[in-house]
Parts: sequence; structure tokens; C-alpha cells
Amino acid sequence: MSDHHDDHHNEEFPHSSFRGYMIGFVLSVILTVIPFWLVMANVISSSAATAVVILGFAVVQIVVHMVYFLHMNFQSQGGWNMLSLIFTSILVLITIFGSLWVMYHMNVNMMPSMMGDMQG
Amino acid sequence: MSDTTVTANTNQGAAEPSRFLVPGEYHVPQGTLLGFWIYLMSDCLIFASLFATYGVLGRNYAGGPSGADIFELPLVALNTTFLLISSITYGFAVLQMQQNKLRGTMLWLVITGLFGAAFIGVELYEFIGLINEGAGPQRSGFLTAFFSLVGTHGLHVTFGLVWMVTLLLQLKKHGLIHENKRRVFCLSMFWHFLDVVWIGVFTFVYLMGVLPA
Amino acid sequence: MPPGGKYDIPIHHALWAPVAKMSDHFDLTKLIFGRLTWEAIPYHEPILVATFIAVALGGIALLGALTYFRVWGYLWKEWFTSIDHKKIGVMYMVLGIVMLLRGFSDAIMMRIQQAIAFGDNAGYLPPHHYDQIFTAHGVIMIFFVAMPFVVGLMNFVVPLQIGARDVAFPFLNNFSYWMTVAGAVLTMISLFVGEFAKTGWLAYPPLSGIMQSPDVGVDYYIWALQIAGVGTLLSGVNFTVTIIKMRAPGMSLMKMPVFTWTALCTNILIVAAFPILTAVLAMLTLDRYLGTHFFTNDLGGNAMMYINLIWIWGHPEVYILILPLFGVFSEIVATYSGKRLFGYTSMVYATVVITVLSYLVWLHHFFTMGSGASVNSFFGITTMIISIPTGAKIFNWLFTMYRGRIKFEVPMLWTVGFMITFVIGGMTGVLLAVPPADFVLHNSLFLIAHFHNVIIGGVVFGVFAAITYWYPKVFGYKLDPFWGKCSFWFWCIGFYFAFMPLYVLGLMGVTRRINHFDDPSLQIWFIVAAFGAFLIALGIASFLIQLVVSYRKRDQNRDLTGDPWGNGRTLEWSTSSPPPQYNYAFTPRIHDTDSWWQMKQEGFKRPESGFVAIHMPKNTMAGMLLAGLCTAFGFAMIWHMWLIAGVSFATMLISAIVHTFNYDRDYYIPAEEVERVESERTRVLANNV
Repeated sequence: MSDHHDDHHNEEFPHSSFRGYMIGFVLSVILTVIPFWLVMANVISSSAATAVVILGFAVVQIVVHMVYFLHMNFQSQGGWNMLSLIFTSILVLITIFGSLWVMYHMNVNMMPSMMGDMQG
Repeated sequence: MSDTTVTANTNQGAAEPSRFLVPGEYHVPQGTLLGFWIYLMSDCLIFASLFATYGVLGRNYAGGPSGADIFELPLVALNTTFLLISSITYGFAVLQMQQNKLRGTMLWLVITGLFGAAFIGVELYEFIGLINEGAGPQRSGFLTAFFSLVGTHGLHVTFGLVWMVTLLLQLKKHGLIHENKRRVFCLSMFWHFLDVVWIGVFTFVYLMGVLPA
Repeated sequence: MPPGGKYDIPIHHALWAPVAKMSDHFDLTKLIFGRLTWEAIPYHEPILVATFIAVALGGIALLGALTYFRVWGYLWKEWFTSIDHKKIGVMYMVLGIVMLLRGFSDAIMMRIQQAIAFGDNAGYLPPHHYDQIFTAHGVIMIFFVAMPFVVGLMNFVVPLQIGARDVAFPFLNNFSYWMTVAGAVLTMISLFVGEFAKTGWLAYPPLSGIMQSPDVGVDYYIWALQIAGVGTLLSGVNFTVTIIKMRAPGMSLMKMPVFTWTALCTNILIVAAFPILTAVLAMLTLDRYLGTHFFTNDLGGNAMMYINLIWIWGHPEVYILILPLFGVFSEIVATYSGKRLFGYTSMVYATVVITVLSYLVWLHHFFTMGSGASVNSFFGITTMIISIPTGAKIFNWLFTMYRGRIKFEVPMLWTVGFMITFVIGGMTGVLLAVPPADFVLHNSLFLIAHFHNVIIGGVVFGVFAAITYWYPKVFGYKLDPFWGKCSFWFWCIGFYFAFMPLYVLGLMGVTRRINHFDDPSLQIWFIVAAFGAFLIALGIASFLIQLVVSYRKRDQNRDLTGDPWGNGRTLEWSTSSPPPQYNYAFTPRIHDTDSWWQMKQEGFKRPESGFVAIHMPKNTMAGMLLAGLCTAFGFAMIWHMWLIAGVSFATMLISAIVHTFNYDRDYYIPAEEVERVESERTRVLANNV
């Protein structure tokens, strides 16, 4: 219930510090600059390898943002924040990779002649 | 009932109603921050659908341009910078709020909003340029998926800006009261969440889109 | 699109047409009314005109009666603007019952058509009308009957079961309700203004694309579901937070009543599944309104992606519907067997496992799409696995009844009917989960029989069981058992008559959504099915009669104790029937899953003094206002009335912002008022126990 008389007793806001934000910021800058550099300067010759590396950087940077900006930990809201995040991440992965898997197989089976075109 | 049960009754039940109830007022924990977080989780799944669609349609160029033809990475890098800076400035607003400094909070919120607006400006510039080149969302499955994914993120940022203006008015009117602090926190979650989505967008769409096949 | 762009499409693109048309020439009528003309009113269709006259007369009579008895102010103050979860729950149930009548009318029209349309007889429904009917039937039954029933039950019961005074966000709760109503209203409007989708209840493209369905039907579908979907998503968030945050002290997760557990899982599913529906409908909208290429046949669209995405929502959706009813049956079996529920822990784990697994089975709805052996086997196996936790639940209920002192009251009849019917439906489901078998049965009446078997046998029977079970808690008197038994037997027997023939027909290869047949040997089965539908009609009529009869006999059937079945186990039976506005004068303290049972065992005595003021949320009309504007916005978008759409959207946004400036949203019920209500209850209890 929305309440302004007695909330103060039982609602705690996450505490953040200048240090935390700065660590997060510096890490994100590094984690953003490297993938841009990798792609723009064409550092790795294999596209597939570049893709894997920059996806890796993206995952690390997402974790950095979660920890330093969104203050995720196993304590906040009795652990429910973290639990819902983990659950959602699983569903996001199922949705994205499941769809790609299903649709890829369908394209291979149903439109084998189209597969070449799609790449180009 | 056996004797032992009767004894138990007198000990804990009938004699002491407070075993089964809380005398006086009971304060229910406030749920807004958790609720807002859960809403953000549901938003994640909207983006998951859009990413999945981009993954499936992203190479259907239909004879039109590919990502390598139209993406301008310097522009994307600029936009990423705007959004990243706006994250840290929002952080400063929260730090000011923790010290109960109204002016500082509002100032940093305004700065955050300006960076957000700059982000939207650059994105609109990119979109309008593409549409004028004939590479609008109606051109191909790839462009449809691209515009809808990036555009949905942009709409969220725009909504965040509207919210920020509203919040500034509310801060001006009521100051740093408890509800307003809660709202500042909710908007901060929203804002940082959009930054997280943007990491996915610039990696999966832009950077991977310009890699030679 | 300005000419001369580098990447312009060489051919003229027809999909731009709807948008391009409006910029062709400026026309005020067009700006205001969009594509709505007198032609959109189906005055040339006698069936619809008759329906319209009946609805109009009924509506005028209802409005007249409300005015005559001067209940508008009461309805407005006590119901429409109420943020009391109990009243919102009742309003959801009323919505569900009203829409059940509409959805069932569609059903019986289809059954009659299929029973007569053989050979030279074309039946009485032309194809374009028949197609709208089966679409509307599916949409209404799922979104505006089953969903309101489920959400309504959770609204009424969950806060009471966890010892809370309301939900976490009472205003949002009211708003969610009115958004659901807005969706239902748009669906109903389509009956008399324009038409409804002719695409089937999930509106697969390319049939639902602008090329094949240029009319407003699919637009009604999109906006009705989109608006109602927002409401559902918000209630999902609301109830998840309510259950996580607002449980009475002592009620750890493993002490939550089973219904609350299933409600928690259902709401988690809502939060995780409905955004996908929102996204996929938005994509279809863009395809239709802006000529994009998500699901088109040309320029790189992929219609199969729509089917993939909508079933990622669609499969969890069926568990959203059934899980709370599993909770209902668990409560009922324990209560009428006079025993603690057998295997509480396994029940909880089964529910959680179903929740997670429901995300891994979606492809079984389109095995025939052609994803090949590896994909099909994976989803076939996950589908079969999901029947294991469901089977465990059936055994738990049976073991609860075993050696119990079973009272066959009406809710228990529905429960036993459910167990038998649902097991049959579950077994045909496992048959369909085998991909090679599905290649034969896909899209056949066998499938139709299967999902009606689980939805009627599970959801509908469960809702009627729940209504009978909690009715005394809601209104303070029991429902009349005679008419309840009539309703049960008509429904149960009617169900078997209506759907067993469809299994047979499906095995013979008859596909769904057909409005005329050539082979006369099939007719007898359709006639039997129509007879079954007629029995179900009697079941619904008995239910309505039951409501009236029970109201008239309310003084004989009053529940003065608050525990009308005598065997209540969970917290909601510890307060009065109907509960006071604040539910509990003191927040309960929990030590056991069956907390009220334990309180009775240990001789708990209600406190009769020491009451304190209770903090409650204030009523508000904001929810109704916003949902009303949303209805206007949806209607304007459907008919391309861009001006009205823009204005209503802007107004909606501004109203929402203005609403956030209202910081004064709660008040206290003074201690004297609580004391007055509680001593009245003390007096009633003293006179009657």
C-alpha cells in the first residue's frame, strides 16, 4: 500500500557510493572501448572469433552494470531481486536461442535453396 | 481430546491470543522497488522477443542494404558514450539524494536528461538518414527488425525523459520526501536497465552487423 | 518514402497503401471518422440485427432498472472506483460470467451450423460470419472468460489467505480490471460496428496480414488483446509482489496455502509470458499499419516467426489458466475430506516444475511446421515430461481422499468430475505430444476435443467448484445445492456428449474450422455434439438459476460463523463472511500450513478489545478514466481515426502523469469503527454458535 506515514520504518533503499559508481564507470568504458576497437580496427581476421569475443565482453559488461549501477546482490529484497533476475535470464536465453534454433532448422528443412541467398 | 492437548491449549492457545495474531499495528513491507524490478524483468522479455526476431530476420536483406552498408560505427560509439555518461551522472544524482541535497539531485538529473536527449537526437538523425536513403523499416526484414529493436529502446529512453521531467517537477514541489526518493530510485533502475539493453544492441546489432560474413 | 533514395525498392509497394492514402488528400470527415462509414454497421445481416436489438433492449432495461432503483451512486462509490481486492475480484467474476454467455452463444451457433450444414444444406451461417464466430469464441473464452475468472479468484482469495489487508498496489489492481474490461468492450463492439477477425484465435499471418485481411477484424483483435494484456501483466506484477511481500508474519514459503502457491506461480508466468504476446502483437500491428516486414511473404518477412513467438507466450498461458485451479482443487479436496492435503511439499514442487517446464514445450503446437526430427523430438520429450508432475498432483488428491471423511458437497462433485475428465484430456495430450501422431492429428477435431477436454474439465469445472466453495465467504450465504448439482451433471454429461464425438471425427480426419461438409456419414456425430452443447446450455442456465434461487433463499443459507463448511483449513475462513473491509482486525501470526485448522485445534479465541486504527488505500476513479481513454484510443486506431487516436493518447498520458502528482492515497479506519464492526461480529457469533 502506498503509504507515507510509516514507510520509513520498513523500507530501505539500496546504498550506493561514489567509489562504486566510479569503478563501474571505468570498467564499462574499458569494456565498451575494446569491442569497438576490435571491430573498427579489424583486429581479429576471423569474423566468428570476433563475434564470440565481443559477445563475451557484452556479457561481462552487463554483469558490471548489474553489480555497480543496479546494485544487484543476493541480499536485496530478501534475494527476490536476484532470483527474478536469474529466472528472467534463463527465459531470455530460452526465447532467443530457442527461436534461433527452431527457425534455423525450419529454414534448413523447408527452404534449403534459400539458405545461400540469406547470407548474401 | 487427551489431557496433554488440553494442557497445550491452556499454555499456548486460549491463554495467549498473541500466539496467533500481532497485537497493535502491523507494518507491511513496502513493495514498490521489488514491483518495479519485476516489471523491468517483464520488459526484458519484450526485448528478448525483439532480439530473437532480429536474430531470425537479421540477414533477410531482400536485395537491400546490409548492416555493413548502413551502420556508421563512429555515430554508434558517440551514442554509446552519451548513454554511458548519463548512467554515471544519474549515479551522481542518487549520491546527492543520499546526502539529502535537493539542488544537487535536480542538477544531476537535468544533466542526465540532457545526455539522454542527445542520445535520442543522434538516433533520430541516424533513422532519418536511413529513411531518406530508402533504407526505411519497410525495405526488408532486416531493416524492419533493426528499426523495431533499436526504436523500442529509443522509445523507452524517450519515456524515461518524460518521466524525468515529471520527477523534476515533483521534486521541486515536494522536495526529497520519502515517496520522491523512491521514485528517484525506480527511475534509476529504469535508466540503468536501458543501458544494459543498449550493451546488447550495440554488440549484437551494430558491431556484429558490420563484421564481414 | 521520398524518391531517389539509394536503397529504394524498384517496385511500387502496396503495403504502404493504408498510410499513403491518408496523405493523398486532406479530408475532414476522413480525419475524424477514418474508415468508419455506415457500411460498417451490419444492418444487412438479420442475425446480427436481431442480436443487436436483443442486446439493446436488454441493455436499456438494465440501465433503466439501475436508474429506477437509484444504484448508480452506489455502484460508482462502492464498486467501480473501489480498490478493495474483494470487490475487484467479484467484478472480475461478473465480467467472466457475462463474457461466458457471449462465448457460449458463439459455441452453440457453431454446433448448430455443423450439425445441419451437410450436402445441399449450406447451413445458416455464411463462411465469413462463421469464421468470425470461431475466432471470437476462442478469443473470448480464453482472454475474457478464463482469464477474468482466474484473476478474479486470485484477487478475492490470495490476500485473505496470506492475512493481508489488500494487494501491494491497490490502484493498479483497479486499473488492471478496467483494462481487461476495455478489451472485452472492444471485442463486443466489433459485433455491431465492423467485424471481428476471421483468422482463428491466434491470428496467424500471412492470413492476418494486411494483404489477406484488409478489414478491421484483425485490428479489433490486436487492440482488444493488447489493452487487456496490459491489464493482465500489471496484475501479474501486483500479485507476485503481494505474495512475496505481504504474507502474515510466520508464513514462510512452505507454509503458504497451496492455492497461494499456485497463484504465485501463475503470476510469475504472467509476468514472464505476457510481454512476449505484447511484443508479437506489436509486430503484427506494425506490419499492418506501417507496412513493415516481420511476418509478410515478401521482402524478407517470416510468418513462421509469429507462430514461434506467439506460442512462447501461448503455452505458458495455458498453465496460467490451469495452475490456480489445481490450487482450488487442492483446497477443496482437503476441506471436504476433513484431512490435511496429502503431499503438500510434492504439490509445491510439482507446481514449480510445471512453471519452469511450461517454457520448454512451445513447439509442440507446430510440430508440422518442418523444423525436423531433432527439434521435434526435443519438444516432444519435454511435453511428455510435463505430464509427470501433473500426474503426481492427481495422485496427491486421490491420497488425500483415501480414508478421508468425504462430504460430497457440490465443490467436491466438480472436483471428482475434474479428476476423471482431466486425466482423459491429459492422456490425449500425451498422444498429441508424439510428433508422428501429431502429423496425423494436427489441426483436426481430435485436437479441439483434447484442449476442450482439459480446459473445460480443468479450468471451467475448477471455476465452478471455486465459486461454490468461496461464495459464502464473498456474500455471506451458501449457494443452493440442488441447482448446483443440476449444473454439475448437465455440464459433465454435456461435456462428454459434446466432445467425445469430436475425438472420433478427428481420428477420421475431419479438420477444424469447417462450416460445411459433404460426407453425410459424419453428420450423426455432429448432431450428438450439438446435443451435448445443448446439455451444457442447461448447465449454464442451472448456474444462473442457482444464483437467483440462492439470493432469494439467502436468509436460510446464511453463514454466520465465517467457516460455513465447518472444515475450513486456511486463513480466509477465520474472518467473517463477508469479510470486513480491512479483512483482519489484527494481522494473523502463522505457525502451520493449515493455519485456521491449527487455530481451531488450539482453541484460539478472537480478541474483543484493543483494536487500533487500520491503514487503508483510498478509492479512486483514475483506473476507470485511464482505461476509458484507452478504449477510445483502441477504437480510434482500429478505424484509422488518427485525430481522435492522437487526442485520446495524449489525454491518457497527461492523465497518468497528473495521477502521479496525487500523493494522498490512503486513510485510516478509526479504531472505534473497527471496534464497532468487530463487536457486531462478536454478537452474531454469540447468538449462533
